[in-house]
Amino acid sequence: MNVAEILGQLVNITLVFSTALIFTALGGLFSERSGVINIGLEGLMVVGAFSSAVITDYATKGGMGQGSPWVGLLAAMVFGIVFSLLHAVATITFKADQTIVGVVINILASGLAIYLTKSIYEGSGQTPTLDIPFHKWVIPGLSDIPFLGDAIFTAYPTTYIVIVLCIIGYFVLFRTPFGLRLRAVGEHPSSADTVGISVTKYRYIGVMLSGAMAGLGGATITLTTTSGFAHNTISGQGFIAIAAVIFGRWNPLGVAGAAIFFGFAQALRTWMQLFDWARDIPSEVFYMLPYILTLLVLAVFTKRSFAPAALGEPYDPAKR
Amino acid sequence: MSILNKIFTKSSILVPFVSIILGLIVGAIAMLAGGFNPLLAYSSLVQKVFGTPYDIGETIRAISPLIFTGLAIAFAYRTGLFNIGAEGQFVMGMTGATIIGVTLDLPWYIHAPLAIIVGAVFGGLWAAIAGYLKAKRGINEVISSIMLNWIGLYLSNLIVSRWLVAQGQQKSRPVKDSAMVTMDWLSSHMNNARVHWGIVVALVAVILFYVILWRTKLGYELRAVGFNKDAALYAGMNVNRTIVKSMFISGLFAGLGGAFEILGVFGYQVVMPASPGYGFDGIAVALLGGNTPIGVLLGAILFGGLGYGANGMSFEAGVPNEISRIVIGSIIFFVAAHGIVKFFLKPFFRTRSGKGKGDQQGQKEAV
Repeated sequence: MNVAEILGQLVNITLVFSTALIFTALGGLFSERSGVINIGLEGLMVVGAFSSAVITDYATKGGMGQGSPWVGLLAAMVFGIVFSLLHAVATITFKADQTIVGVVINILASGLAIYLTKSIYEGSGQTPTLDIPFHKWVIPGLSDIPFLGDAIFTAYPTTYIVIVLCIIGYFVLFRTPFGLRLRAVGEHPSSADTVGISVTKYRYIGVMLSGAMAGLGGATITLTTTSGFAHNTISGQGFIAIAAVIFGRWNPLGVAGAAIFFGFAQALRTWMQLFDWARDIPSEVFYMLPYILTLLVLAVFTKRSFAPAALGEPYDPAKR
Repeated sequence: MSILNKIFTKSSILVPFVSIILGLIVGAIAMLAGGFNPLLAYSSLVQKVFGTPYDIGETIRAISPLIFTGLAIAFAYRTGLFNIGAEGQFVMGMTGATIIGVTLDLPWYIHAPLAIIVGAVFGGLWAAIAGYLKAKRGINEVISSIMLNWIGLYLSNLIVSRWLVAQGQQKSRPVKDSAMVTMDWLSSHMNNARVHWGIVVALVAVILFYVILWRTKLGYELRAVGFNKDAALYAGMNVNRTIVKSMFISGLFAGLGGAFEILGVFGYQVVMPASPGYGFDGIAVALLGGNTPIGVLLGAILFGGLGYGANGMSFEAGVPNEISRIVIGSIIFFVAAHGIVKFFLKPFFRTRSGKGKGDQQGQKEAV
């Protein structure tokens, strides 16, 4: 392999690992912009990963053919939204502590997913390997470009979807009345309320968007890299997505950049194993790498906070 | 007395109680959905917990680590921090104890205490990293301690598999007998249930928790910072140092739990595919217990019993034991969102205490 090929491979693996993170982080961004911390992203990803694996499996058995992963993807979004409603009802309507409820979402999601997996697949802790997961799309023409062709234009469909979503997300947040209102609710809910914006409604939308996107994020993992769901399928990626929201300064493009960085840290693990000299390094070091990098990056970049002003505070009209 | 009155207000008892019932109902619904019989499952749960002396001993074994992690989380919570990293601190505590237990040769009266202390300090230092990052770099301790959970898991695996490993196995060499803290005399009366001194130390820790927080100057400072950071700063307290101290003490509790798990129960450390989960259950324990020492003890008894009893449910009724996670998760959900519970309770308050009175009560407690 020459240098271009090796680097091209690194870029390609990075994109694969980043896709799920970008989905989830974008969702977290919408929730946080509306003023609701969603520590439950991890659990929502688990819900997405689990439901997409099961639904895709059943769709394949039901004869859906190549459409199966698409059905799974859609299901992940729907289940993500449904599960995120738990968070929304507890924190927005009943003003529960957002961090604690987020943690509960994580515990419930992992418990429920494994419980149901065992119930559905007769005691097995994981779903069977999917017969029809997503396959990489080779973009005709563009994939012939040297280096970039292999690196970028041969990717899973989810990667292309997330790129489009990033651009739409940026546009919606900063160029539409909806985005303005969502941000207003996160920055200064009482002022927003005064001018007739429903804080409750926008926060519900924010949290549900995070459920939808984190669900897609989870599905991305089962439908592309792991081809199935098990207890360790997500293993902390929801939390890395939260870090990406902070590192990306609550801006969709920044968040995507941060997620790509963390995806790169994960890709290194896979990529390094291509080299002989890397075999001497214990695998645990590679497993630690993404988390250590996340911590380091946060340590360097969080001092100046760009967080929405009302983040984490339940809105109480009586205190206006 | 005043503290007892403060702890046991009407809503501090009623909300957890109703939450437990609601949690069990959610569990029953999940069982019905999975095609299992909830009545059979719950009765085999109770059977499993109290059935034989062995089961009672093993239930106590399951309760002890939860007291430690529950205290860890409650302690941090009292000082305004959410220590979600008890999981990693627990694992580091295991590792510290294993290192000392496996590598050193000492008389038992030095070896065991040293292994326990090193385990505790490992946990404390691991937590202090998150405290330091919060104090100095402004990183949310929730995010950093989650990263530290994963780093701790892999670091422990690395230490075990590189330096402590038993030839050809995925676990460490056995901990020397001089470092073990099992209660053999009691075990032999309980069909070799793995009871150990951890439960005694856990009960001492419950008292220590109270003494440190409410009877020392340090505790006053810690609580002041937790109650109102700005006011504490204005009063001349070093808020940043307090955050690190608080996390360190919190981590000591979690580390102790991990140390006893090795020195009292297993006698070796395995290379773990995932962390054991006591840190996360500790969140449930602390929350249900209202972050008070007695509450943590009661919470640990409940969740320890649930966790161990779930094995009985899977054996007798075929229910996967993840059901206990669903029940525990639902219980914390209802405790955290106590507004929902009060919403359910409202009609009962009205009918029992006459019109309007229930509402007033509710409002007073909400503030």
